[in-house]
Amino acid sequence: MSEIIFQIDGRVVVASQGMTVLEAAQKAGISIPTLCHHEKLEPYGGCRFCTVEAEVRGWTKLVASCLYPVEKDLVVRTRSQKVDRIRKMILELLLSHAPDAFELQDLAKEYGADKDRFEKEPSFCIHCGLCVRYCAEVKKKNAIGFIDRGTRREISFIPEIASKECWDCKECFPLCPTEALQAAFVLTKALAFSLY
Amino acid sequence: MDKDRVDQIIDKHECEASSLIQILLEIQSENHWLPKEALERVAERLQVPLTRILHIATFYTAFSLVPKGQHEIHICQGTACHVRGARRVLDTVQDLTGIKPGETDLDLKFSLETVNCLGCCALGPVMEIDGKTHGNMAPAMIADVLKKL
Repeated sequence: MSEIIFQIDGRVVVASQGMTVLEAAQKAGISIPTLCHHEKLEPYGGCRFCTVEAEVRGWTKLVASCLYPVEKDLVVRTRSQKVDRIRKMILELLLSHAPDAFELQDLAKEYGADKDRFEKEPSFCIHCGLCVRYCAEVKKKNAIGFIDRGTRREISFIPEIASKECWDCKECFPLCPTEALQAAFVLTKALAFSLY
Repeated sequence: MDKDRVDQIIDKHECEASSLIQILLEIQSENHWLPKEALERVAERLQVPLTRILHIATFYTAFSLVPKGQHEIHICQGTACHVRGARRVLDTVQDLTGIKPGETDLDLKFSLETVNCLGCCALGPVMEIDGKTHGNMAPAMIADVLKKL
């Protein structure tokens, strides 16, 4: 495979064709914060928290590093005023949904995000899709999925499948950044498990 | 809706997972809603996870996971219809049928929905029943239209 040489934060990084900027950065020991990324899963690009500045032939654009493929002479900046501002805004918006999530609170400290900037709308789920994708891609059980759309979108277990498969697995539980998943499971268990 | 009819529809689309939405639309238009058994059958035959089917079935408002009435009433609430009194048309239909938007009456006769624009603003206020457009509706005319169904 051909090697691609490019720059991240002023450091020269070597990556192979087809890698994403995030993968290349992780390999080189440069950290880019993520929320919806998981090494066992396909890139999703849902949270946009890994947004970085990518400069190609003098043009700078903002891209999600977990999806953006590396290319020759790319110049990536993982922390700039603009990137930090975007991450701060994403955090503030997510914190209005999940104000008590530890992972978000830690990041909020780093980026100076104010968790009370927006009115609380406690849906708890931040739609990172980790549970849904882990169940589908790694476990291939499809016990949990998204339902509805837009502001009403939420995760939902399918009780028939969940009541059989979830007891011995629960591998998605530690993935959830907000514990909304555990709540959804308890709710499904109480409401529907006895039916199947 | 019986299982054989669902199977027929699936066979018509050659059991292709890419025809999922077409299959669901066909079941929806024949049956007026998507029963759980039908969705499970589709999932089994097409080898598509039920979670994905539910994601699609809850995404599009064309699909319904609860029984719908025999007649589907759509009342336009778009800007043109709104200024020409769509609100009063909606209120009258609500009074006559006893249901609110998004609901179905107990005899499964009517389902009521509001729509944002039906695309024939010159006819406003517009009401659509089972795909047939009724334009220039006045509240006094509605009882007649509903009785004729």
